[in-house]
Amino acid sequence: MTNELVIQAENLTKTFGSFTAVDAISFSVRKGEIFGFLGANGAGKTTAMKMLIGISTPSAGKATVAGFDVSSEAEKIKKNIGYMSQKFALYDDLTVKQNITFFGGIYGLSRAQIKLKTAELVEELDLKEVVNQLVGALPLGWKQKISFSVSLLHNPKIVFLDEPTGGVDPITRRQFWEMIYKAANNGTTVFVTTHYMDEAEYCDRVSIMVNGKIEALDSPKNLKTQFGVENMNDVFLKLARG
Amino acid sequence: MLQINTVSITISNISKSYKKVNALTDISFEVKEGELFGLIGPDGAGKTTLFRILTTLLFADQGDATVAGYDVVKDYKQIRNSVGYMPGKFSLYQDMTVKENLNFFATIFGTTIEENYELIRDIYVQIEPFKKRRAGKLSGGMKQKLALCCALIHKPKVLFLDEPTTGVDPVSRKEFWEMLKRLQQKGITILVSTPYMDEAALCDRIAFIQEGKILEIDTPQAIVKHYPKPLYNVKANNMYALIQGLKAYEHHYSVYPFGEFVHYTDKRTDFDSSDLNAFLESQGLKDITIEPTAPTIEDTFMELAK
Repeated sequence: MTNELVIQAENLTKTFGSFTAVDAISFSVRKGEIFGFLGANGAGKTTAMKMLIGISTPSAGKATVAGFDVSSEAEKIKKNIGYMSQKFALYDDLTVKQNITFFGGIYGLSRAQIKLKTAELVEELDLKEVVNQLVGALPLGWKQKISFSVSLLHNPKIVFLDEPTGGVDPITRRQFWEMIYKAANNGTTVFVTTHYMDEAEYCDRVSIMVNGKIEALDSPKNLKTQFGVENMNDVFLKLARG
Repeated sequence: MLQINTVSITISNISKSYKKVNALTDISFEVKEGELFGLIGPDGAGKTTLFRILTTLLFADQGDATVAGYDVVKDYKQIRNSVGYMPGKFSLYQDMTVKENLNFFATIFGTTIEENYELIRDIYVQIEPFKKRRAGKLSGGMKQKLALCCALIHKPKVLFLDEPTTGVDPVSRKEFWEMLKRLQQKGITILVSTPYMDEAALCDRIAFIQEGKILEIDTPQAIVKHYPKPLYNVKANNMYALIQGLKAYEHHYSVYPFGEFVHYTDKRTDFDSSDLNAFLESQGLKDITIEPTAPTIEDTFMELAK
């Protein structure tokens, strides 16, 4: 991890009519950091993330992601980040190989690069037997691992993961986190939301959003000390309902 | 014919396959009346298939099952009147308001909201401020509470909840389980599935299910006692390097990140932590601690699923 900042948000705000979904949040994320973005359902995490990935314009405040402004340079941001969520992952009715080719194409990789990347992924994730199967037929854990790899196809500076491990079995969930560590170790910044509080412990730093505001931001160790509790679950329970 | 006994659900040698995939293979267990029974397993384990068989929405290929004394095939009509079912996917009418959905389900079962209000009051008061909002516009937590109210409005004997807390934050999950405990005290038998291992500890008994097979059934307290090996919490200055280091250690049996620690078991019976410590130091790790720890339900599940 270096001190280079790849995400900088200053008073980032989003309102819908009279409702303030994201209320002047300010934070920054370093290159190669695993940053956990936590909060209860409805706290404003998804709205904040949509602004950071350039698909929703802030109502006030500003943010830069990978050096680009989220309001005026949204298209450049999309080229420089990876994104995966449980809701939008891969196409079920394409094979594994077709999905890799498709997303590689979207991200502007050449045919030769796509071929190389496909071979790499098949090797790394042990996909030889399923590479020509429809993604829809694969277990969720497999899909999520492939989806994460696909989001890294274009070597993005930052990858945004929205609840990547929900419902995944405990062993695969851990394999998934080893992939996250590896990506971070290679200098990719990982911005991740999760409802598993043991996963919050794996992050370098976590922020906790409550009613649109960031109410806590620190390393898991410091947060536990600050709130005088044993684990992140208790930190969350103390904060999340005010 | 209603049988008077203390068993609420019986499942005998149930198997079900879809084309080539065996969704359930020879499943048998019983749930006692008034029990809070957890079906614990990941996505794709066969939990939903079992729920659909027990709620008469799907035929098993083989085996028998009864719910509240009724046979799932012959007495399907009686079962539908006796059970509440909250599917994993939100299945209420998105274009109807909160109140309209609840009224609709009450009417279908020939009852009224007022008649069984006592049962849902605790939960309903939390969504009542939004009773004129369309169900499709509710937040995840509120949708879940409305779905539970709709599943309870006809005062079922048995409640089936298929992954009610998947994707729900820890605070709402905790509140949801407190609600389940209160429902249980009112005499309702509850079969609930979840991928969250911490929720398993809140059940009276649990069944681990994976790839259509039951791995183990017992109380949460007993299940962790079956863990076969001494387990250690290992910590160091760099988590990624620590995992790599432990996996490179030739005597490792299992290495799983667990919150701020890595849970480690060794192949040998005479494990010596100073040897591991020296090895990890040779890998460049610092601030190493290795301490015995008690296995959790998740450790046990992973060991059985390995």
